[in-house]
Order: sequence, then structure tokens, then C-alpha cells
Amino acid sequence: MGQISLKQITKSFGDVQVIPPLDLEIKDGEFVVFVGPSGCGKSTLLRLIAGLEDVTSGVIDIDGADATALPPAKRRLAMVFQSYALYPHMSVRKNIAFPLRMAKMDKAEQDRRVTAAASVLNLTDYLDRRPGQLSGGQRQRVAIGRAIVREPAAFLFDEPLSNLDAALRVNMRLEISELHQNLKTTMIYVTHDQVEAMTMADKIVVLQSGVIEQVGSPLELYHTPRNKFVAGFIGSPKMNFMTGAEAAKHDAATIGIRPEHITTSTTDGLWKGVVGVSEHLGSDTFLHVTLEGASEPITVRVDGELPVHHGDTVFLTPDESKIHRFDANDLRIA
Amino acid sequence: MATQHSRSAARLMMAPAVILLLGWMLVPLTMTLYFSFKKYLPLRGGDLGWVGFDNYVRFVTSSAFWPSIYATLIIVGGVLVITVTLGVLLALLLDRPMWGQGIVRILVIAPFFVMPTVSALVWKNMFMDPINGLFAHLWKFFGAEPVQWMSQASLPSIIMIVSWQWLPFATLILLTAIQSLDGEQLEASEMDGAPPLKRFWFIILPHMSRAITVVILIQTIFLLAVFAEIFVTTGGAFGTKTLSYLIFQRVLESQNIGLGSAGGVYAIILANIIAIFLMRIVGKNLDN
Repeated sequence: MGQISLKQITKSFGDVQVIPPLDLEIKDGEFVVFVGPSGCGKSTLLRLIAGLEDVTSGVIDIDGADATALPPAKRRLAMVFQSYALYPHMSVRKNIAFPLRMAKMDKAEQDRRVTAAASVLNLTDYLDRRPGQLSGGQRQRVAIGRAIVREPAAFLFDEPLSNLDAALRVNMRLEISELHQNLKTTMIYVTHDQVEAMTMADKIVVLQSGVIEQVGSPLELYHTPRNKFVAGFIGSPKMNFMTGAEAAKHDAATIGIRPEHITTSTTDGLWKGVVGVSEHLGSDTFLHVTLEGASEPITVRVDGELPVHHGDTVFLTPDESKIHRFDANDLRIA
Repeated sequence: MATQHSRSAARLMMAPAVILLLGWMLVPLTMTLYFSFKKYLPLRGGDLGWVGFDNYVRFVTSSAFWPSIYATLIIVGGVLVITVTLGVLLALLLDRPMWGQGIVRILVIAPFFVMPTVSALVWKNMFMDPINGLFAHLWKFFGAEPVQWMSQASLPSIIMIVSWQWLPFATLILLTAIQSLDGEQLEASEMDGAPPLKRFWFIILPHMSRAITVVILIQTIFLLAVFAEIFVTTGGAFGTKTLSYLIFQRVLESQNIGLGSAGGVYAIILANIIAIFLMRIVGKNLDN
């Protein structure tokens, strides 16, 4: 079981309130991702749940019981840190067994669980090495191994992939998702990378300055962002925003259109602009097009084979049904 | 870029320093060895010729030899235990954020800057004097008979004085070690269910093991040669005659250079035996 609910929790460091009153429900077995720009309070929120920081006010319930005053060890949560936080003087085996040893578990049971975790994580051959002799990805797996042997109520991940190189990050992302499918345990995952959020989450919590901007499934956030911030944060490349006359035509202060919802033509279209930088990814090409009279370029996704070059004139037509409208307070107009 | 040419140039340029250091070490060593095989009594006839291993035999068979080894080991061991234990505890304490941290840290380091003779005299006269010392007043305040520190508890007194001097060194090195510990490791162990004492035992102490090794090695080298503290307090009486003090007495008080030199050679051997042992026991912490 791993159901966590936060009720009106706040956190202040001195006079600075980093998390204003916040409510959040996390259901058992859910994969929840906290995402937001750096300094948005997502790590602080995770540390509040872990018990590594004390809440200034409010209540944290884990499985229906008040856990606000419980020390971290008693919350039955396991955490994977950004730096992995492996114990450098212990072998991999001892690292993984450490929480069991602290729980004074029977030696045979310890061995059984360590062996099981090691085989799940492909660490069997490395059990007698020190963390210093492992690669980044292997260290990451040891940290996860140390978390899973405890059979916790929920896993907390604090930007676990940010120290890995790009290729490995994609692999580990899949491995963690796979792990979640197998264990069916609640996982809370903190990241600043919206790609990780979109690909892994059942539920995304978008945070900005300690405030929850929106909670929802990846596709909900993609299709119906509640405000301009969420719209700009979710999706890659970023949504294009336009104000002024174009927005007024749609009775909005700002309109947003995603790069993938614009059709590009060399002959005719709604907007006319000049191609700037183009980023060729093979399958797709992202063009940065500066429209007539606009200062900011617009990003559009086109087919990888479209023959346009720097300085060419192109015509863009947005898909009217996919235009997002926002009012003067940046909130979505339904 | 180390070509053959630049390498030989480097050797040439390093040569003066190497030769100087080598001479600095070899000349006294050779002189000690030279005198240790001579009967040389400056005030009683001067150089009286070669005597083979006579001095070595006399030095070891003298009744003062084994007690001096014992006193040396007790002082070195006692000071090491006290400074490392208190050093670890003080370092843990100083690592906590607190008001006036900078000043407190300077105060902690201060004893290291006091010269050994001065600090030993201050301890002897201000604290341990059986009539006017602060300890005597404290004892009397509680109605107890003041301790005659220098005669009744001579070895513990000297251990106390020397520990006071070396505690700052240990604290400082261990403090930097604690400060280099990754905070996430402590948090991870906290989440793993380790209470504070176990966090200390399984995470902090292993992290500090290398620093503790360094402290033990460096202190041992210096503590084997403790002299001033004994000279100005007990003068070698009441069982505080260490090996280095014994050598001093043989050379200057008995005016027997040959015998003292033989003692010096024994001191070198003792220091090396201890160094090898220490390297064996704790040196493996310095690997990897």
C-alpha cells in the first residue's frame, strides 16, 4: 500500500515561504512525477514527504495514518538520490543490504532479498565491488536496489537520471518504468525534464514557485493545459505564443499553437515568414520561422525531407482546432 | 611533453635540493653511528677509542632502559587515544552550525600555537601545583585532598598536557574530513532506518578513517620525540623518563656521547618498528 495525501502543507525557510498551502492526493500504485523549472520547490516537496524536512504546517497522511511527525525511517518510504548517495566503503552487497541490516532482519532473508534485487537489476556480477568501481548507470541501479529490498510503501526519486549521459538516461527511464509495471508500488519522481515526465508518469504535477499549476495525466496536460505556464512547459519543442492582433482575432489575450500543429507550405498559407535556423533530426525538422512584423521566431515541425533553407520564405497555417486561448491572467479559455 | 632532454634537465635542477636534503639526513645519522661505537666522554678524557658494541650492550642492560620504553609507549598510546577520541567528538560538535563558529574554531586551534615548554609550565604551575594550582583549589572546594600531580600521577599528567597540545591538530584534520562527507549519504542512511549512533558508526566513522590514519601516523612520529614537556615538569623523575629523555640524560647529564648515540640508534629502530606496525594496521586505509 502506498497512498499519500498532503493536506494544506506549507514550508518556510526563515521568513521565506517556499511552499504555500498545498493539497495533493497520490493514489496507491501511481507513478507521479513532480516537474517544474529549477527552484520551483519540487525537491523540497519530495523531502517533505520523505521526512527529511519538517513541514511548517499541514498534515501528511501515508496509508490513512498521520505521518507528519514520523521520522523518515518510520514512513516506510525509500528514496533514490540525485548523487545516488551510495556508501563508498561498503561493497554493493552491503550497500543493498544496509536497510535490512538496520531493520535487524534475519541474515538468510537478507541474502535472499539482496540476491533477488541484484538479479532484477542485473547486478549479480558486481555484488562484491565497491561503488567506486562501478559506472554511473550501475551505481544508479545499486541505489534503486537499496530502495527495493525494503519493499517500501512508496519510492521517491530525486532527479535520479540527471547525472547520466543521454543514451543511458533513455535506458534507465525505460528500466524504471518497467520496474514500476512489475512492482506496482507508488512512485514519486522529481525531475525538471518534461520528457521524463511525459514518458514515465501516470500523473504529472506541474509546479512553479511552490504552487501546483496543474495535476493530470500527460495527455491531459498536453491537450488542455490550465494556463500559459503549463502550456509552455509541457511539450517539446515549446508551444508558440502570440499576442496582439492574431490573439484578438480569437478573442484572447494570448494564443498558443504547438509546433506540430502548424502546416508549412512554400506556396500559400495564413502567415508568411522567413526561415531562420533549422534543426534536422532526420525524421523531423524543426524550423525557426520569423513572421512578418514579429520579433520572436515561431518553431514549426515539418517533415524531415522538406527542402527549405535558411532565408527561404515559407507560409504557415495553424490547425484552428488546436489553438489554445489564454486570457489576460494567462488562464485557459475553454 | 617530457622529452629525454627535459627530463635530464629536470633531474639536474632538482639535484641541489635532493643533495641538500640527503646530506641533512645522512651527516647526523653517520655521526650518531660513528660515535655509538666509541667511548667518548668529553669531560673525562675525550675520545677514548673504539669499543665495538659495548655502548649498545650497556644501554640495553641499564636498569633505566625498559622503563623508558614503557613510558614512551604509554605516553604515545595515551595521547593518541585521547586526541583521536576527543578529536572525533569535537569535530562532530564543531561541524554543527552555531553562532560564533569562526571564533570557537580559532579558540580550539589556539593550543597548537603555544610552545611546548610554555604550555607545560602553564599546566604545571597554574593547574597542577598542589598548593596554588586551580585543580588544588577545585579539589579543596569539594573537601578532597589535592593531588600531587607531578609525583603521584606523573604519567597521566604528562599525557594530559601533551594531549591538550595535540588535540587541536587532531580536531582540525578530522573536522575537514567530516565536512567533506556528502550530506545525501547521511540522509540516505537516515531513510534506511539508521538511528544517529549507527549513522555515526556505519557512515561517518568509515568516512573519517583515512583522516584518523593520517592523524595517528603524524602524531606518533612527533610524540615519540616528546621532550620539553618532560624536561620542564618532572625532569624525567617518577617514571616519566622516555627513550628520548634517557638519551638526553646519557649525553648531557652523564656526559657520555657514545652511550647516548647508541641510544639514538635504538630510538631510530624503535620508531621504524612502530612505523611498520602502524603502516600494516592502518596503512591499508590509505589505499584506493
